[in-house]
Amino acid sequence: MRYLHLVVTTLTGLLLIVGSLGMPATGDPDSPPSSHVSPRYIEQGYKETAVPNMVTFVLADYRSFDTLGEVTVIFTGAMAVLLILRGARSEAEE
Amino acid sequence: MKPGERDIIIRTVCRLLVPFVQLFGLYVIMHGHSSPGGGFQGGVIIASSFILLAMGDGYDEVKRRFSLGALTATTSAGVLLYAGLGVVCLMLGANYLDYAALPVSAARSVGMLLIEIAVGITVTAAIISIFHDLVTFE
Repeated sequence: MRYLHLVVTTLTGLLLIVGSLGMPATGDPDSPPSSHVSPRYIEQGYKETAVPNMVTFVLADYRSFDTLGEVTVIFTGAMAVLLILRGARSEAEE
Repeated sequence: MKPGERDIIIRTVCRLLVPFVQLFGLYVIMHGHSSPGGGFQGGVIIASSFILLAMGDGYDEVKRRFSLGALTATTSAGVLLYAGLGVVCLMLGANYLDYAALPVSAARSVGMLLIEIAVGITVTAAIISIFHDLVTFE
């Protein structure tokens, strides 16, 4: 049974490596993100949002859903620490 | 100096630094539009000022200044504010989190400022909450 886990993990890892071989090279100017998304942000971003900081307008405007998820992760982290540490204390008191 | 007693130099320096650290944290949140920064970084800076205060005066002294229930509520309030702004955009007839629908000038920029503030509130409260749990855990 232990070897089954090893085999499954190795196979999944190999599959992911093979899949990543099909990705465009890092910084390739002809890759889809570089030829559609990035030029749009660089050329239209300031006109559309009136915010000069490119990092901020991509993070907080175009990818606002992603940032909402990040805030939820922080919130969940704090709540998990709260439940584990304060929960353990109230159990110890009993 | 008895054990447990804190040096007056350390206490004074920590107390003097705290307002400046908090002011800088607010600046980082509010100025995230046009310079490096934003809600995450500013929130951590503000939370670190509380940790600095705890290092100087001791955590019991800091603990008296806020209630745990309010801390947990504040952690949730930031996320709620963020998600609520998205719902406001929905009610104004646009897509979720499409700030262009807000009825102010430079609406997308204002929307970004509001969510940076919401992120800052959550991060500040979350870091202080985690700090409290780690410090008081036995």
